[in-house]
Amino acid sequence: MFSYCLRRTLAAVPVMVVVALFVFLLLRLSPGDPAAIIAGDMATPEQLDRIRETLGLNQPIYIQFFHWSGELLRGDFGTSLMSNLPVTQLMAQRLEPTVSLALLSIALSVVVAVPMGVIAAWKHGSLIDNAIMSMSVLGFSVPVFVIGYILIKIFAIDLGWLPVQGFKRISQDGFGPFIQHAILPALMLSTIYIALIARMTRASMLDVLGEDYIRTAHAKGASEKRVLFKHALRNAGVPILEVIGTGFALMITGVVVTESVFNIPGLGRLTVDAILSRDYPVIQGLILVTSGVYVLINLAIDLSYALLDPRIRYQ
Amino acid sequence: MIHEAIHPARMPDPVLTIEGLRVAPQSTPTKPILKGIDFTIAAGETLCLVGESGSGKSVTSLAVMGLLPKGILKATGGHIDLEGDSLLEASRGRLRDLRASRMSMIFQEPMTALNPLMRVGEQIEEVLIMHQKGLSSKQRQDRVLEMLDQVQLPDIARVYASWPHQLSGGQRQRIMIAMALILEPKLLIADEPTTALDVTTQKQILKLINELQKRHGTSVLFITHDMGVVADIADRVCVMRDGEVVETQPIEDLLRWPKTEYTRQLLTAVPSLRPRTARAVTDREIVLEAIELEKRYGERSAWARWTGKTALQTPAASDINFALTRGRTLGIVGESGSGKSTVARCVMRMIEPTGGGVRVMGKDIASLGHAALKPHRKRIQMIFQDPFRSLNPRLTIATSLVEGPVNYGTPREEALARAAELLALVGLPEDALDRYPHQFSGGQRQRIAIARALAMEPDVLVADEAVSALDVSVQAQVLELLDELQRRLGIAVLFITHDLRVAAQICDEVMVMQKGIVVEYGPAERVLGSPEHAYTRSLMLAAPGRHWDFAGFRPLDRVFEDHPTSTATVYQ
Repeated sequence: MFSYCLRRTLAAVPVMVVVALFVFLLLRLSPGDPAAIIAGDMATPEQLDRIRETLGLNQPIYIQFFHWSGELLRGDFGTSLMSNLPVTQLMAQRLEPTVSLALLSIALSVVVAVPMGVIAAWKHGSLIDNAIMSMSVLGFSVPVFVIGYILIKIFAIDLGWLPVQGFKRISQDGFGPFIQHAILPALMLSTIYIALIARMTRASMLDVLGEDYIRTAHAKGASEKRVLFKHALRNAGVPILEVIGTGFALMITGVVVTESVFNIPGLGRLTVDAILSRDYPVIQGLILVTSGVYVLINLAIDLSYALLDPRIRYQ
Repeated sequence: MIHEAIHPARMPDPVLTIEGLRVAPQSTPTKPILKGIDFTIAAGETLCLVGESGSGKSVTSLAVMGLLPKGILKATGGHIDLEGDSLLEASRGRLRDLRASRMSMIFQEPMTALNPLMRVGEQIEEVLIMHQKGLSSKQRQDRVLEMLDQVQLPDIARVYASWPHQLSGGQRQRIMIAMALILEPKLLIADEPTTALDVTTQKQILKLINELQKRHGTSVLFITHDMGVVADIADRVCVMRDGEVVETQPIEDLLRWPKTEYTRQLLTAVPSLRPRTARAVTDREIVLEAIELEKRYGERSAWARWTGKTALQTPAASDINFALTRGRTLGIVGESGSGKSTVARCVMRMIEPTGGGVRVMGKDIASLGHAALKPHRKRIQMIFQDPFRSLNPRLTIATSLVEGPVNYGTPREEALARAAELLALVGLPEDALDRYPHQFSGGQRQRIAIARALAMEPDVLVADEAVSALDVSVQAQVLELLDELQRRLGIAVLFITHDLRVAAQICDEVMVMQKGIVVEYGPAERVLGSPEHAYTRSLMLAAPGRHWDFAGFRPLDRVFEDHPTSTATVYQ
């Protein structure tokens, strides 16, 4: 078990190194002078020289890389060209809205989708199954912003139960206001994942329900509930977990639309702003952080497989 | 040897009575799978349900347990009575209560019948949790440990906390038996419980079931296709065919005086354990030879090297030597894990041997590279165990048959003409060419697989358990076909099997393998007739029904028995 965890963890290191190298080269190898790219069209030659010097562009490229990664390891991601604030500080401000929203959305998706998938598999071929599957097709095909605006129209404008947009942080304003502001964006964000997770749960459960040990459980006199949740669901868990993990990672990085619709100051907005203004240090920092999140989530999924399945544990 | 059958007149009230049971697919209720089944089982009796695949044996047992697949099969008529409970009319809740407490079931495949994510002790305990709610956790655990002891598992505390994947097939089947019998049910349904096990394990499991049955007075409904097993354990036998009961008789009467032609055919098709005499040598040319062949598997990961752990190198086969001459059949016999399939795959170069040589027509192919190997590949062809999976379901038979020759440069038209000839040779109609594999039965598919191998005009056929998945009557036909092809084409056959009866009937020479090494090698008549090695003897002693001459409808006058002090030839 320990060796498995250690191997998985060590395997994440080279991935991060490759990502760092890629991010580094992104700027250096793009056509033209990096200093010119950074400085923009209107820079004077003196400004260019100053930028070259501060970035160490006069040194050989591998020295530049070691220098740069050394600073990364010390937590220095550079300074934003637009706001002149440290990149780490900019990202830290935006991290909480995005992560708390993603966590709420994924929790919502799991709580709704897994039981739906289990019921669809159990009542395979029935009216309920068909209804659940049709709803999931709908969840896939309606664009998220449409769902967002429909939700705002109903719950914020017509009923007036919830605010139209804006965001409150748990850390500053407490849990109540957070939920009040986050529930509509979370609903909007989770529709597609509810659809995805419900489908995956159903497919995986259908596979498992055909297994011999399910027949054994029935032959023991186990109730339907016991067969479904104690024997089948855990065995169906690995692919479901995989979707949940990937879904979470995608949410961290793919919330641009949601954040725009509800005017939430999150990482998605920061990314859009940075790209539009060619704020390279911020873009680099964002790529590194999101790749890091991907790698960490994948690691967490791998490690949870081991918890779930003793056959992996003892390999 | 044969248990004394319980006489009908003295028979107490039956534990299970089935009358006119009809089961049909829900979609086509007019085409029943069971067309009115009748039989009874008395207390403490073993009734064997025998028949070929598709006869409805398993469906009968599932109907009793109330486990017919939902929405697919449905009981449409008749009556099942378990000690006064009418099972077809019982509510779902009542059926759940009866399962495990009054009727239990064990299944064919112990490797997949246990939940891989639960410790085996907990899986047995679950039966108590569901059916005996008053017990404390300590009491439950004691009961489970006691049951593990009864099914004769070693080191029961460790087994209790084991995961299924840590146990062998035989051990898992013992767990299933413990689970089935912990509440002392009146009826145990065993659906081919030993078919997936090795003969020596099979013998132990059959003995265990018999002992527990005696101790608890359990009635056993034992489903099997193996007449040898039937002869060893049955009190009475119920023969099924196409969803109907053909005849029901006490075992000895059935074996001596079968009432129906069908039973007679079933019995006659059982291959004799007594080896046939080797055919006369007509050609001394060696077509396939293995010289000190060796295959080791081992972990050689970077991790293992980095931590300095010596890579684990298990020999799957070592020091294998044999020579096969034209037109003859060499059998490789052994239990699972003996290395027999490893040898076959090395010879085919499907896996890379780690030592020694393989000579095909005198040319060593063991270390040839991919390109250099190609011309030799066609000389040696393989037939696999499962004809349902060895043919590509999306290709017509013609496409499958011509693919190989076309790869070797034969024009397609010529290959097609040859394919038609081959189908005739293996006894299939010519219109089979344009059909797909699912349109054929298992036996026909195996004929197609043989035709596919022959299309390459090989010198050697490697048959890996090629008849093990077939019913005995079909098995007999396929073996006959192989024999005939051998006579007409002079092809040599390397025949890998776990079935001593089949080996005794088809092989000229036999090589017995155990744990990766050859323990005995020689003419089949000597190796299987008067085995010298203790392992070969134990295999012969474990062969079910070895005291009975099925085709002769009488006991064998001379039975192979173990005489450790002498090596006398027993069959002469």
